[in-house]
Amino acid sequence: MTEVSGRQPETGNAAPLKIAARNVSVFYGAKQALKNVSLDVSSEQVTAFIGPSGCGKSTFLRCFNRMNDTIDTARVTGEIRLDGRDIHGPDMDVVQLRARVGMVFQKPNPFPKSIYENIAYGPRIHGLARGGAELDEIVENALRRAGLWEEAKDRLGESGTALSGGQQQRLCIARAIAVDPEVILMDEPCSALDPIATAKIEELIDDLRGRYAIVIVTHNMQQAARVSQKTAFFHLGSMVEYGDTSMIFTNPVQRRTKDYITGRYG
Amino acid sequence: MRELNAHTVKSFDDDIALLRSIISRMGGLCEAQIVGAVDALVTRNMEAAARVVADDARIDALEAEAEALAVKIIALRAPLANDLREIVAALKIAGVLERIGDYAKNIAKRASVVAQAPPIGPVIIVPEMARVVVSMIRDVLDAFVDRDVDLARAVCERDRGVDDFYNSLFRSLLTFMMENPHYITPSTHLLFVAKNLERIGDHATSVGEMVHFAVTGEHLTDRPKSDDTSTYLNKTTDDTGFSDEP
Repeated sequence: MTEVSGRQPETGNAAPLKIAARNVSVFYGAKQALKNVSLDVSSEQVTAFIGPSGCGKSTFLRCFNRMNDTIDTARVTGEIRLDGRDIHGPDMDVVQLRARVGMVFQKPNPFPKSIYENIAYGPRIHGLARGGAELDEIVENALRRAGLWEEAKDRLGESGTALSGGQQQRLCIARAIAVDPEVILMDEPCSALDPIATAKIEELIDDLRGRYAIVIVTHNMQQAARVSQKTAFFHLGSMVEYGDTSMIFTNPVQRRTKDYITGRYG
Repeated sequence: MRELNAHTVKSFDDDIALLRSIISRMGGLCEAQIVGAVDALVTRNMEAAARVVADDARIDALEAEAEALAVKIIALRAPLANDLREIVAALKIAGVLERIGDYAKNIAKRASVVAQAPPIGPVIIVPEMARVVVSMIRDVLDAFVDRDVDLARAVCERDRGVDDFYNSLFRSLLTFMMENPHYITPSTHLLFVAKNLERIGDHATSVGEMVHFAVTGEHLTDRPKSDDTSTYLNKTTDDTGFSDEP
C-alpha cells in the first residue's frame, strides 16, 4: 500500500490474506469513481469502509465480486486477487465468484418466496445438496448461523417478505451463508433497521467473523468502530487512510480522516 | 498550538467550549485557594484560613458540573479521536483539580493550627514553593485550553523545582524538630503543608501528561522523580548517631 501514508501494519497479525487489491480504479463512463486503491482483506476479521457519500467505498466493495460488471458503463482497472487468483482472469467463473464472495445489501431483499426457498435456492443451483434431507440441513444451518432459526423454524413455508425488516436482513445473511462463501460483503446492512435489529446484526457479524472475511460499508461510525478490526477511510475516490480500527477512531494519522470521524467534514 | 476546523454541528463546539471554560474556572479557583491558604499560614490569619476551607465547596460544585457535561457530550455526541481524548482528559483533569482543591483546604486547616504554635523560620520558604505550583497549574490549564503541547511538557519539567523545595523544607524542618521538641507540632504541620504542595506539583504534572495525550494521542514518556526524602532515614540516623543497627 505504497500510496497510503499511515502506520505500518502491526506485527503478530496472523489473520490470513484473503483478498489482495492492487491499483484498482473504477470509471463510470468518463468519470473516475475510484482512484488507484490498493488494500488487503484478511480472513477471520471484519474490514470496514467508511467515508462520505460518493467517496467510492461501495464502488470498491462491489469490485470484490464483480458486481460492477452488471453496470454497462462501468470499467474496472487494476488487479484483485482472491486467494491469489485474479478474479478478472479468463478462468474465473463469475457465478462461482459470487458464491464465494457473498453480498448483503442496504435494504433487505428477500426473494418473494418462502423462507425455506430463499435459503435453498442458492445451494440448489450451485448443486451443493444431493437430496431434500441434505438441503433441509443446509437451510437449518444457515438460519442457525444467522441467528434466525428459533424465530423462523415454525414458519419456513411463509413468505420471506412477511418477516420484519431485521429478520429479513438476517434472512439475506442466511441466504449468503447457505452457499458456503469465503467472503461476505455488506453494503450498509443496518441502515434500514431499528437499533435492536441493528444490534442483532452486529452480534451476528461478530459471530461470523471467525469463519469468513467480512467487508462492511457503513455510514455509522460507531458501528464501524464496534464491529471491525480494520478500517479504511475513503474520500473523493481515494483511500485516505487504512489501519487498525482502534487507531483510526482514537488517533488517526491523516487530517481528513480526523475531520471526517469527528464530524468536522465540511 | 493546533487549530481545528469547526464541527459541522455547531452546538458540539459550544459544548466543548463550555467544558473547557468550566475547567479553566476550576483552575482559577485552585490557584486562588492555594495562594489564600499559604497566605493565611504565613500571616497566621485564622479567619482567612476558615474562608479557604469554606470556599472549597465551589471547586467541588464545578467538578460535578464538568462531570455531568462530559458525560452528556459522550452520550449525545459520541465523540471520536481528538474530541474523545479531549473530553476524557477534561473529565480526568476536573477530578485532579478537585483533589488539588482538597490539598489547599488541608493547608488552610493546618494554617489554623500552626497559628496557635510558636512561629518557626522555614515557613518563609512555603510561599515561594506555592508560587511555583500555582504557576504550574495556570500554565498547564492554558496548555489544555490552547492545545499547547510544548507548554504542557515545559510544566512537567518544572516539577523538579517543586521537589527541590520539598527536599530542602524537609531537611530544615527535621533539623528544627531535633533541636527543640517544642517545634515538633508546627514543624509536623508544615511538613504536611510542604507535602501537599509537592503533591499539587505532581498533579499539575499529570495534567500536563493528560494534555499531551489529548492533543497528540501519544503518551509522554516517564519522567524521573526527584523527591528523595524517602531515602533520608539512613542519612539522618547517621548524622545524629541513632541507628537501627545493634
